[in-house]
Amino acid sequence: MQIPILNVKLKSENALSFIALAVLFAVSSIASPYFLQVQNILNILKQVSFSGIIALGMAFIIISGGIDLSVGSMTAFIGALCVLAVNKIGDGPAAVFGAFAVGLAVGAAAGFFNGIVITKGRVAPFIVTLGTLAIFRSLTLYIGNAGQFISESAVYGDFGMSYVLGVPTAVWIFFFLAFLLSVLLNRTRFGRYVCAVGSNEKVAKYSAIDVDRVRLATYVITGMMVGVSAVLLSSRMNSVNSSNTAVSFELDAIAAVVIGGTPMKGGRGTIWGVVVGAVILGIINNMLNMLSVSAYLQGTVKGLVIIAAVFIQRGSSKSDSRA
Amino acid sequence: MEILAKTRGITKEFSSVRVLQDISIEIRKGEIFGIIGENGAGKSTFIKILSGIYEPTSGSLEFDGKTVEFSGPAEARRAGVSLIPQEFNLVADLCVYENIFLGAEPRRPSGLLDKKRMIARTRELLAELEATSVDPEARIQDLSVARKQMVEIAKAIAFDSKLLILDEPTTVLTGHEIAILFALMERLKAKGVSLVYISHKLKEVKRICDRIMVLRDGEFICLEETASLDIAEMARRMVGRDLSQIFPAKAPGRAETAFKVEGLSSPGAIENVNFEIRAGEIVGFSGLIGAGRTETAETIMGIRKASSGKVTLDGVELSVNKPADAVRAGLSYLSEDRQGSGILTSFPVNANVTLVSLAEYARPLIDFKKELERTRYYVDQFEVKAPSLDSRLENLSGGNQQKISLAKSIDTKPRVLIVDEPTRGVDVKAKSDIYAFIRKLADEGLAVMFISSELEEIIGMCTRVVVMKEGRVVGQVEGDRINEEDIMYLATGITGGL
Repeated sequence: MQIPILNVKLKSENALSFIALAVLFAVSSIASPYFLQVQNILNILKQVSFSGIIALGMAFIIISGGIDLSVGSMTAFIGALCVLAVNKIGDGPAAVFGAFAVGLAVGAAAGFFNGIVITKGRVAPFIVTLGTLAIFRSLTLYIGNAGQFISESAVYGDFGMSYVLGVPTAVWIFFFLAFLLSVLLNRTRFGRYVCAVGSNEKVAKYSAIDVDRVRLATYVITGMMVGVSAVLLSSRMNSVNSSNTAVSFELDAIAAVVIGGTPMKGGRGTIWGVVVGAVILGIINNMLNMLSVSAYLQGTVKGLVIIAAVFIQRGSSKSDSRA
Repeated sequence: MEILAKTRGITKEFSSVRVLQDISIEIRKGEIFGIIGENGAGKSTFIKILSGIYEPTSGSLEFDGKTVEFSGPAEARRAGVSLIPQEFNLVADLCVYENIFLGAEPRRPSGLLDKKRMIARTRELLAELEATSVDPEARIQDLSVARKQMVEIAKAIAFDSKLLILDEPTTVLTGHEIAILFALMERLKAKGVSLVYISHKLKEVKRICDRIMVLRDGEFICLEETASLDIAEMARRMVGRDLSQIFPAKAPGRAETAFKVEGLSSPGAIENVNFEIRAGEIVGFSGLIGAGRTETAETIMGIRKASSGKVTLDGVELSVNKPADAVRAGLSYLSEDRQGSGILTSFPVNANVTLVSLAEYARPLIDFKKELERTRYYVDQFEVKAPSLDSRLENLSGGNQQKISLAKSIDTKPRVLIVDEPTRGVDVKAKSDIYAFIRKLADEGLAVMFISSELEEIIGMCTRVVVMKEGRVVGQVEGDRINEEDIMYLATGITGGL
């Protein structure tokens, strides 16, 4: 299957997610006349770009055979630091650049911390990031006295609400990063190594690949994606709530990766699949809102979609083995 | 002669590709029935049908006088058919007795497991196999391969198997262990158990089997008394043509020493290993399993930490701390464990070929065209049969996977090539291809360290043989002394060998 516009050659596993997206799109446009309006579509894309950007990094981690549960509270933590930095820097464009610098640097450091404990400390990724999930949230609550971090910069808030050529800045950044990371995954040694490590770590080691360095790098990349997302999110609200911001982003990010056709056991996956996965989640949320389904029930639907996605993958990857 | 099992026109197709065609044979009670054929000849498919793993597309199976249709391996086992697969079906974390009774645990009236009875019965079974050195309460993961195999066989006879199928049982065994296995097979045969024996090692087939069936491309070629087939004839019928020369002509190395290892030690694995290989020379490494040959290779490659020792290439001392250092220095290693540490079965052919040498193709974006060109070169050169250059390696046969694995290890353009069991589990044709490539590489000036447990290929390929035992080099043989007797004497300390 070939999609000319994106020039992506689809493999069977993410053909499924593209088909799911198309079906969902068709159903939604029939269910609600409002759905197809440009403003609504842009809203959906904007909504999904925050956790979607994180999911791009998460894809690298999952493909290499790891997991990162800490991304949600890491987003809040970095967002809080960004707001503090913005307030230090004062109003002006420098605030935005300063926030990005802080976001990327702290994100890389936080990811490095996860990665180094996992690779050098030989602690399971699930445990390490479960620990840092608690740590980052708790630090955020502590620094903010369990309250809000409010930015005093109007420019920062304006940046968060800004559009370029009629499209929200966050969406531009999401697609730009998706493009960048898809090149990184498909066309570079590093990307190939990430798949190799996830496919069979021992083979990778025997093939002279520095397995620890590859795995560490996936966490650093994810940390930096979290940093970008934290800036976009905190500037959009022009504040960070220490207890509510980015709660369960890890769920959304992992879900986008899985729905996009990347198996949890790693070894392969595509970045455009992740984008599709994120958009599918966004459309489902949007439809539930428009059909006025209780916000409390939306988590149930999301959970079912994730389980269904993995179930379908499992079914489609079964093949006749023979000697 | 009583008949135990009978197949009538057994045919198997996978998505309309016929892999087994119209096989009608009889297996007698108390005989050892050999099956030989190249990879893809249909041997494994045939025994999987016998043991209930596959259903035949057409044809029927008669067992013990009744027509049977096994719904799965469990039912076949209840009927008396047990398969000992190449990769054992044992749970590594459980004990020997737990594995033997897995899924059929005896219980006490209270409903709890009758551990005592299981252990006692396991001990009986092991005694019957004369394998009393295996502790019923040992964990599987702590056992050697040979002992794991004993446990598999004990498991089979625990269910009163009438037909025991062994798929390549000797691939992972040493000469001594093979002798034990063969003695056991003879005893089972004497008790009236029928055995089906699959192997690539024709010498062993000749030695142990009563009758031999030859398959080629899924078709029945012949079924004859062993006495009427010699090894050359077996090979000829398997391949369908004469394989006059399996091994290429030997050639001595060049004058200069290319590769030298001095006093290499790695705690718990090898101690004070010394040897040298000249450019263009193929030096064999012989020894029992666990003699430290693979460990030596892994230490040289930086996969294991060396505690002391010096490795020099062309007179320059190498500093190797990790595999990447070794590769950069011009060393390359073909692992003995193809699927475990050699190739990525879920990766396409091209990505496997360039996995180690990828830096050469990426600057910084991977040049797919160059990569595919290179892959095509190897596929042509090695006569690899693959559906396409980017099909996943799991779709290739074992022999073709091994050729790709070899391509991967030479794509870095090494000066020293270490091959570890380079022909394990591949058929005669692929073997002779691989021998020819290795010879060609040596002729081009590579120093080749040739590790193998198959003495036949060590003798056929090498001009010098280093023998290891318990992590040390115990001797070297050259010229006329490269023979089974002398090598086994060094490897075991026992005259005679197998």
